[in-house]
Amino acid sequence: MSLFLIVALPFVGSLLPGLMNSAGRNACAGVTFMITLTALVGLLTNLPAVLAGEVVQTGVTWLPDLGLNVTLMLDGLGFFFACLILGIGLLIITYGRFYLSRKDNMGEFFTYLLLFQGAMVGIVLSDNILLLIVFWELTSLSSFLLIGYWKHLPEGRQGARMALTVTGMGGLALIGGALILGNIAGSYDLSVILQNREAIQASPMYLPALILILLGCFTKSAQFPFHFWLPHAMAAPTPVSAYLHSATMVKAGIFLMARLWPVLSGTPEWFVIVTTAGLITMVLGAVIALFKHDLKSLLAFSTVSHLGLITMLLGTGTAFGAMAAMFHILNHATFKAALFMSAGIIDHEAHTRDIRRLGGLRKLMPVTFVIATLAALSMAGIPFLNGFLSKEMMLEEAERTVLFSSPYLVPALATFGSLFSAAYCFRLIGHTFFGPVRDDYPATPHDPPVGMWGPPALLVVIVVAIGVAPFLAEPFIKTVTASVLGDAAEVPKNYFKIWHGFVPALFMSIIAVVGGLIVMAIYKPLQAAWDATPRPEAKTIFEAVIASAVALAKALTHPLHNGAFTRYAAIFAITVIAISYHAWTTGTVGAPTRAVQPAGVVEIAGWALLVTATLGMVVLHRHRLLSLILIGIVGLMVSVGFVVFSAPDLAMTQLTVEVVTIILLLLALNFLPNRTPVESPVLMRMRDAGIAIVGGLATFALAFHYMLRDTVAPSISEFHIANSYKGGGGTNMVNVILVDFRGFDTYGEIIVLGIAALLIFALTEALLNGPVRARLLNRLPDQPRAGDMHPMMMVVMTRVIMPLVMLVGFYIFLRGHNEPGGGFIAGLVVSIGFVMQYMASGFAWTSSRLRYPYHGVIGAGVLVAGLTGIGSWFFAKPFLTSDFTYVRIPPFNEFELATAALFDVGVFLAVVGAVMLSLESFSRLARRAHVEDPEHPMDINPSRDDAPKAEA
Amino acid sequence: MTHWIILPVILPAILAPFIVLAARYHIGIQRVLSVAGVIGLIAVAAGLAWATSDGTVLLYQLGDWAAPFGIVVVGDRLSTLMVLLTAVLGLFVLLYAIGSGWDDRGKHFHALFQFQLMGIMGAFLTGDLFNLFVFFEVLLIASYGLMIHSGGTVRLKAGVQYVLFNLLGSTLFLFALGSIYAETGTLNMADLAQRVALVSPEETVGIRIAAVLLLLVFAIKAALVPLHFWLPSSYAEAPAPVAALFAIMTKVGAYAIIRVYTMVFGPEVEVTAGLHGAWLLPAALVSLALGMIGVLAAKKLDRLITFAVIGSMGMVMIAISLFTPEATSAAVYYIVHSTLAAAALFLISDLVRTGRTNLDLTDQPSIGGAHLTAGLFFIAAIAMTGLPPLSGFLGKLLILHSAIEQSTMVWVWAVILTSSLVAVVGFGRAGSTVFWKAKSIERPADAKAPQTPTAMSYIAVCGLLALLVAHTVFAGPMTRYTNAIAAQLYAPDAYISTVLDTPGKLSDAKADDKKGEDH
Repeated sequence: MSLFLIVALPFVGSLLPGLMNSAGRNACAGVTFMITLTALVGLLTNLPAVLAGEVVQTGVTWLPDLGLNVTLMLDGLGFFFACLILGIGLLIITYGRFYLSRKDNMGEFFTYLLLFQGAMVGIVLSDNILLLIVFWELTSLSSFLLIGYWKHLPEGRQGARMALTVTGMGGLALIGGALILGNIAGSYDLSVILQNREAIQASPMYLPALILILLGCFTKSAQFPFHFWLPHAMAAPTPVSAYLHSATMVKAGIFLMARLWPVLSGTPEWFVIVTTAGLITMVLGAVIALFKHDLKSLLAFSTVSHLGLITMLLGTGTAFGAMAAMFHILNHATFKAALFMSAGIIDHEAHTRDIRRLGGLRKLMPVTFVIATLAALSMAGIPFLNGFLSKEMMLEEAERTVLFSSPYLVPALATFGSLFSAAYCFRLIGHTFFGPVRDDYPATPHDPPVGMWGPPALLVVIVVAIGVAPFLAEPFIKTVTASVLGDAAEVPKNYFKIWHGFVPALFMSIIAVVGGLIVMAIYKPLQAAWDATPRPEAKTIFEAVIASAVALAKALTHPLHNGAFTRYAAIFAITVIAISYHAWTTGTVGAPTRAVQPAGVVEIAGWALLVTATLGMVVLHRHRLLSLILIGIVGLMVSVGFVVFSAPDLAMTQLTVEVVTIILLLLALNFLPNRTPVESPVLMRMRDAGIAIVGGLATFALAFHYMLRDTVAPSISEFHIANSYKGGGGTNMVNVILVDFRGFDTYGEIIVLGIAALLIFALTEALLNGPVRARLLNRLPDQPRAGDMHPMMMVVMTRVIMPLVMLVGFYIFLRGHNEPGGGFIAGLVVSIGFVMQYMASGFAWTSSRLRYPYHGVIGAGVLVAGLTGIGSWFFAKPFLTSDFTYVRIPPFNEFELATAALFDVGVFLAVVGAVMLSLESFSRLARRAHVEDPEHPMDINPSRDDAPKAEA
Repeated sequence: MTHWIILPVILPAILAPFIVLAARYHIGIQRVLSVAGVIGLIAVAAGLAWATSDGTVLLYQLGDWAAPFGIVVVGDRLSTLMVLLTAVLGLFVLLYAIGSGWDDRGKHFHALFQFQLMGIMGAFLTGDLFNLFVFFEVLLIASYGLMIHSGGTVRLKAGVQYVLFNLLGSTLFLFALGSIYAETGTLNMADLAQRVALVSPEETVGIRIAAVLLLLVFAIKAALVPLHFWLPSSYAEAPAPVAALFAIMTKVGAYAIIRVYTMVFGPEVEVTAGLHGAWLLPAALVSLALGMIGVLAAKKLDRLITFAVIGSMGMVMIAISLFTPEATSAAVYYIVHSTLAAAALFLISDLVRTGRTNLDLTDQPSIGGAHLTAGLFFIAAIAMTGLPPLSGFLGKLLILHSAIEQSTMVWVWAVILTSSLVAVVGFGRAGSTVFWKAKSIERPADAKAPQTPTAMSYIAVCGLLALLVAHTVFAGPMTRYTNAIAAQLYAPDAYISTVLDTPGKLSDAKADDKKGEDH
């Protein structure tokens, strides 16, 4: 079967269990089983090729730029692991079907399990190291989901997060290592990388790459000092522990070390790091395991210990070590999975996994007893079981290894580790199954259905078979070893047999077993001593680290982002000034090309007024009304400035805008207290003043610099000056720029204006539907109201003036194209005319006489402008292309008609609508607050009979 | 004369006032129009992307005036890709807004939404700096309107900060434009690119300051630390679909930096050499780190996502600041990824809010539709934290790879890899609290049954995630395309000559005049 299919089957199949969930638990497990079986059979079809020493390869490109491609390869090593994953997978699925209770969501479980399985098969079949990382991280993620499967248990959640954090960290390191490795080798394909041993080991980046890759391997395979997550991952349901955390996922790190063995091993760095880590892990795990009371915990630490053993074997860098490692992977997978499943059976039947509450199960659960005992004895290294064989090989290798120039260090520690390993196996058997039958089990233990004991029994059969007849495994293990070694070394010639003669390894083995029995004999005092010894608790440390990281993160981000806008602005200003200063100091300054113009009296006076008003503003800004007046002065002076610099259009716009904004601001001020309270301390205001002054000086310097220098090439405005009449049909260049040359900008700006008005409306609406409404209704004006709110004089005057204003607006609009004016100014003028009516007679009276809603006016304005632009499409011209012509309607003289005028109508409407809608929104607030809607245009009207009523 | 290239701006700009004018009281009609408009936009954008995919530069002269005197809209590979991304994002966000009923919780949602799209589209397409300012204004004011949609004290408060900070940015933009015009006398980007070459090496401060001010303006939009302060509370408090749409807004800043600092002030321009080398990459690294630290520190899910957005902008800016074609290509790939992932996360946070009324990362009973929402969150979180197999991982690899030959590699790698881990821890904690721990908490007997989000809401989220998956699966063709984009960006001659050499109204006359002078 194609390798793609083997990898893809579990992924695609992972959709099925979820779908089959409602079809019942057997269907759900059955379909999962069939998927895995199909993949396994598919894998086995490749067996002949693998045994012949071929490497089956296939691939498609994915991200060729990066060299990340979906290339798969199957050699002895990959086949070995894939077989383990899928074979044990089958047993686990069977077991899991009976293990999970009715309350558990089986579809979810098997979905995650298949995801994991696919990812794991992907790791071992990847030819591309980046692809391998993809699968690698997927196993971390699916493991996260599986550990946290029982979401209601805090241990599950914490264990899942811890596992994800630790293995995630390793995964990230691995990314770095793989990228470096690929960069040295020139390809991310393992088949290429493996050919580049010399180049890689000679590279200065070898050590960083090695460390990063080993970080990945060690975290995944729970090597010291990253071993602590594995025992906490045991919060997962037992099938998961048996599958992921003993047989497969934790071996991924070892797999990768084996995979990269030909290119990475053999250097002193590799030897020291890997062997030391393995040795420490082996001893540490074995010692801790002995004192664990929870069966799964004990098995978890024993797994850690055995992973250390395998790591150490890979670390020695000899071919024999690699072969022993491969053999032990097989043996460990069989006996440890069987043990985990046995532990699960005991937990399932006795409702406890605490060794102290067990004992005497030998009689109650005879089948489980036999299975667990055989598996545990194999783990202890008792002859005629497979564990013995690989442990012998390990001791033999250890005996030959010289670490830190001491020939005794490794053998002694290996023997010490084996001793404790034997001891905890004996304890497991002795304290669980032997001893008297108790009457205080949480539940009555009995053997489970065959579905649960069958899978471990099958494994134990293998344990015994290999143990008795090791030659059965020999050809296979040698094929696997050959693919590990690659071209780097020859497969050792050693034969797999039980009796090697009186070699040192045999004596070490005897010491270990006898020592283990002695330890068991003195177990009670040892346990007491252990309990009395203070030990660092990994979980506590890990959680403290995370908690302090979170606390640090909070301390760093929360005060910084507390919403203090002045500080945000200060940081903004400082950043801009500092970076501009940097740009200034790294540049060159030439001599000015223009002379400073002499300042006349008018200019100086205007400047002085502007500066005084601004300074006054700074000093008096807490008096809201006063500051409004000062703003008015500033606005006026700016308008004058426009006049002085011959920009009458701008001056007119500025003036009318001033009028409108002041009116709107006055309306807003109505709802605010007269004075702004002081909110920041003096020092802070000093700081802000400092920043503001520096910023102001910088701006001055910048403007001064530019004003004294010419542009590098003639400015584009020369074209505008030359062509405004010829191309735009207008002599007022500003207006032609606005509606023609850069009409698109104007189009955008009227939209901004329109949106602003809609926004003010929406905001008012939201306010009036919120808590503000109640505040407004209960608000008492802080100052006495005018007795005559709608005075007759004002009413009469505004009415009289109205047509005049309209006429002026119309006039300004029409003359716009040639003289100062245009739609924008006209719109503002007309708005002022309307606003006056509102001021005179109040909002309610005026708006009841209004025929067109302002939303519509805005919409119409923007639409007219847009449609005018689109109109040019019908003449095969781009958007907003203008044209003009001269017409003569008697009795008038000939006059010009420009399409730009239509566009200007849009501008006009949008401006009127926007100003009026804003005004309306403010008055809505006012009407909610305190102002009665008047019935009449003016409060006092002599011609009215009911004049006194207004006073009442 | 084809008008396709201007349609992404004109279509929403016509639709929005029409909605205001004719349909402002009818939410049903508004919805139909809005969705139809966005679908139309997608069609146009897809057509444009197709038309420019062979390297063609599409030019549109507004008012028939030739550049640099009039405004031009230019479509090349990058801008049309961004337009397409915006349109597609817009559709799913809109579907979500309709499905969840957010659009009916205040006034003028659809009009503002269309205006917002118009602003974004214009910013991506324009070839003129002042016009870019106008579109920045459009998208700012529209986004403010959307942000405070449906009101609420906290939201309004956040809105004030948002609009104030961005007004500071707009003011700075005007300073920058003034400086650029004073120095070069033009505002058209292509023309600017040519005029920068005229700047004398004895007199570089003028152009340097102008260039750096402009860069800072774009950095504000891109939420580069320390100019990011406008982002956290505004994105967190904005209605979720709006925040999801805002995922593209930070990219406008990134886009503008890529555009201007490859074409105008490119790495080989001498007068602006060393302008940002000293600080842009460090700032980007700090952004990434701060963003992910913020993820870890977050007390609320929406806040967590906003910091993830800052972090992912840091990633984008890291890639941009390397200014090599390979890194820029990686940046564009990551921009697409980050937009989709951030939008999906914001929408998912709203699915959670539907079920539990708040987003505090505290112990609360399980939400309605928890299973599906948890699954979606898991996928989106994988994408955002850059774990395999989704595009976040691929983008991260591309960026790491593009830094491999750089002297700054150690810093880039260390920050990217470490911050990924921090993000994983942060998202892991949050997800575990919201979705897993909730299972162990009993719902009080008197509490109402939790609300379950509507099917349309889920469809919108799934759509975005499906796009992420597609972005992953088709990473090969996608990176080929981003490579082509980078190639076009670093060889801007075709762009410049198309913009400047295409005649418009009166161009012939000018040429004739010149001929006349010659005689």
